[in-house]
Amino acid sequence: MTNVSMTVNGKAVSGEVEGRTLLSDFLRENLHLTGTHVGCDTSQCGACTVHVAGKMVKSCTMLALEADGGDVSTIEGMANEDGSLGVIQAAFQEHHGLQCGFCTPGMVMAASALLAENSSPSEAEIRHHLDGNICRCTGYHNIVKSIQAAASALS
Amino acid sequence: MKQDFKILGTRPARPDGLDKVTGKAMFGADKSVTGMLHARILRSPHAHAEIVSIDTSKAEALAGVKAVITGDDFADVESRWTRYTMQNCMAQGRALYDGHAVAAVAAISKTVAAKALKLIEVEYSVLPHVTDVDEAMAPGAPVLHEGVKARKLGDDVSGNTVGYYSFGHGNPETGFAEADEVIERTFKTAAVHQGYIEPHSCLADLGGDGRGELWCSTQGHYMVREVCSEILGIDASQLRVTASEIGGGFGGKTTVFIEPVALKLSQKAGKPVKLVMSREEVFRASGPTMSSSIDVKIGMSKAGKIKGAHAKLRYQGGAFPYQMVMMGAMSAFAAYDLEHVQAEGWDVMTNRPKMISYRAPGAPMAVYAVESVMDELCQKLGLDPIDTRLLNAAREGTKSSYGPTFKAIGLVEALEAAKAHPHYSAPLAPNTGRGVSCGFWFNFGGQVSVSMAINADGTVSLIEGNPDIGGSRASISMMAAEALGIEYDRIRTIVGDTASVGFSDVTDGSRVTFAVGIATINAAKAAIKEMCKRAAKIWEIDAEAVEWVDGAAQPTGHNAGDFPPMSLAEIAAISGKTGGPIAGHHEGAPDKAGVSFGVHMVDVEVDPETGFTSIKRYTAFQDVGKAIHPAYVEGQIQGGAVQGIGWALNEEYIYGEDGLLQNPGFLDYRIPVASDLPMIEPVIIEVPNPGHPYGVRGCGETAIVPPLAAVANGVAQAMGVRMFELPMSPPKILKAL
Repeated sequence: MTNVSMTVNGKAVSGEVEGRTLLSDFLRENLHLTGTHVGCDTSQCGACTVHVAGKMVKSCTMLALEADGGDVSTIEGMANEDGSLGVIQAAFQEHHGLQCGFCTPGMVMAASALLAENSSPSEAEIRHHLDGNICRCTGYHNIVKSIQAAASALS
Repeated sequence: MKQDFKILGTRPARPDGLDKVTGKAMFGADKSVTGMLHARILRSPHAHAEIVSIDTSKAEALAGVKAVITGDDFADVESRWTRYTMQNCMAQGRALYDGHAVAAVAAISKTVAAKALKLIEVEYSVLPHVTDVDEAMAPGAPVLHEGVKARKLGDDVSGNTVGYYSFGHGNPETGFAEADEVIERTFKTAAVHQGYIEPHSCLADLGGDGRGELWCSTQGHYMVREVCSEILGIDASQLRVTASEIGGGFGGKTTVFIEPVALKLSQKAGKPVKLVMSREEVFRASGPTMSSSIDVKIGMSKAGKIKGAHAKLRYQGGAFPYQMVMMGAMSAFAAYDLEHVQAEGWDVMTNRPKMISYRAPGAPMAVYAVESVMDELCQKLGLDPIDTRLLNAAREGTKSSYGPTFKAIGLVEALEAAKAHPHYSAPLAPNTGRGVSCGFWFNFGGQVSVSMAINADGTVSLIEGNPDIGGSRASISMMAAEALGIEYDRIRTIVGDTASVGFSDVTDGSRVTFAVGIATINAAKAAIKEMCKRAAKIWEIDAEAVEWVDGAAQPTGHNAGDFPPMSLAEIAAISGKTGGPIAGHHEGAPDKAGVSFGVHMVDVEVDPETGFTSIKRYTAFQDVGKAIHPAYVEGQIQGGAVQGIGWALNEEYIYGEDGLLQNPGFLDYRIPVASDLPMIEPVIIEVPNPGHPYGVRGCGETAIVPPLAAVANGVAQAMGVRMFELPMSPPKILKAL
């Protein structure tokens, strides 16, 4: 077992992990941040998407040790400081950008990474950006709409 | 039927939305308890093998291992259908498919459990296998189970053929003789997986006293309770099952795969056990839908009238007896008003995972074959595909191809809306084709229980027993608000555990908004009756002299008395002094679900150099009776259409000669991603279902039925060559070109 330390959602955290422990397992099991979901184990579905140093990462294919000393954000850190919904979260809620909600945390994290780089993405850019995030329920229609609405609200 | 609605038809936020956008929602794998063990399952590496012996001693000796079980740990059960389910969860004697569970371990960590699996020694004796439906049905095929062949079948089919059904009327041969053009084609469709993103997960705690708690991701926790208590040999009352938030199901979570295993491990270890499938396990060992081999023959007059129709459906449903081709045979020609029609179906076993429902189970492949031949006939006779379908369309009073006479249905309305839509007359670019298809699903009612409490602060707590897979807590709250005459925000609907409300059938068959809706309206009626009684008591008049209008009790007229209305909140506030708590409940089995038809239209572009098909435009028309929450109805239509697109173009279970699944992961089993698709335009048609007080029909399943043929018909037009096999993946299209 090895000790890892990192910043998660602005707070310093540490824990004992095995060499094989995935970042997704560290977040879910050590820190009980179960909003980061695991859907495929092999980085196609994107339900486990988090940010590491501001970049979008599939936490099921990154070792916890690789994030040692890093700055990690998860869905639990996406609300405003007063607890109200962040703009992207509110857009998903308002525009019905989810059905079962399992892919939603990953979608919100992916959308956040996109809008940080491109404040007014086209529909095609949004769809291309979401290629690593699978939703089986919605057909993506309302997810794309939610991200478009979030982009407008942020600009 | 009620038609002036205040709440129905609006689009409020879903009650579970906040937890889902913040990560708070608790799915199957999100629950942990102190001291729990982690379980893993050992799976067969063979398509078919006798299990000669299993030696678990080394695994049991590993530090940290608390329990190891095999098929020997499960006692036999009375019902053969439960036995099949149990033996699908854990093999007994033979491993019947690649991925079939043969042993399981519970240990103090996932790492120890994984190490223990490697220490289990299984001696297999490999047996001949079969994975293709036509090969499995042929005489001489390796037979999965002896003695289960459908009784009425002869020696021309193998013992794997476990079901035979035939529906229809008239004589198709008579019709073919009268026809100007007859086309007969054979089709094949691959097995596809429901592809819910949340793998099967559960947390089981079964004590030595036979009392248990089970938390799991399921479409029906009462079903889980009944099946597990039978397999474990305990009373249903002693096993409390709680449904977690469910990360997609689409029919795939209407049975158990891991729950009996986790319970048995927990019982043996004396500790809670968490069991979570990997994605590879989901593909190899949870149920996909059937693959199929289908013959369709249709005869048509020059004017486009169908004179005769015949379908032969051979479905492959995996390693155990099952009954699902019947749904295909009933659905195949349901859209048409026919004089001479027959649809036959054969259920066939193979060495593949046991099938389970997938959205409108059995219908999409049957309708794909029929609607493809319809399209070819229209092309050949120079007929408009929508006009031809209108000419033959089933309507109110039509004797359906599967027996019953249709009541009010909306197929004609959907076809007319499709014809009038700008999409239908938009110009087509080069290499692009436009496909159209009808689709049908029965919809179901089934057993249902609802309990509603009127709280002293004027709010309402509603408990229902159906896991919410499509926004049903919102639609049920809306119907309760409509019935009670209060605001949507004052109602909180929760899905209760198996000890908190009466039995409810599985969330399937597009039944929840229909059946739970009826129970909710009736529970509201019961609560309203009691509230009127309380008002009467306060006013000192007869209860019959009080009526409920806009969320308040009021005297029926001046003769009854002159009192200002008493609102629900006012009556609730003093209920403690007028006779105690006020509640309403309803238990029933509504059966007038009302069938649903849809029409889909798609423009596809086929790249002649790569064989890649892209969806350029998609419009889906569907009769939903009454859309309670139109945004969620649209979501069902869009989601179903996209699953159908995946089925048509990319998704398939690929087996090698060795009978092993070659693509158990999302990299090689390709589900549609956002960039594969345009916006899907849903068009809601509302022809009220006479069997529901608000006109509701189920809407969740119909939308997966038309896309297969709509896409295939578009591809045929774009390429100038017709494909007879799904999926129409780029290599297959290139080959055909």
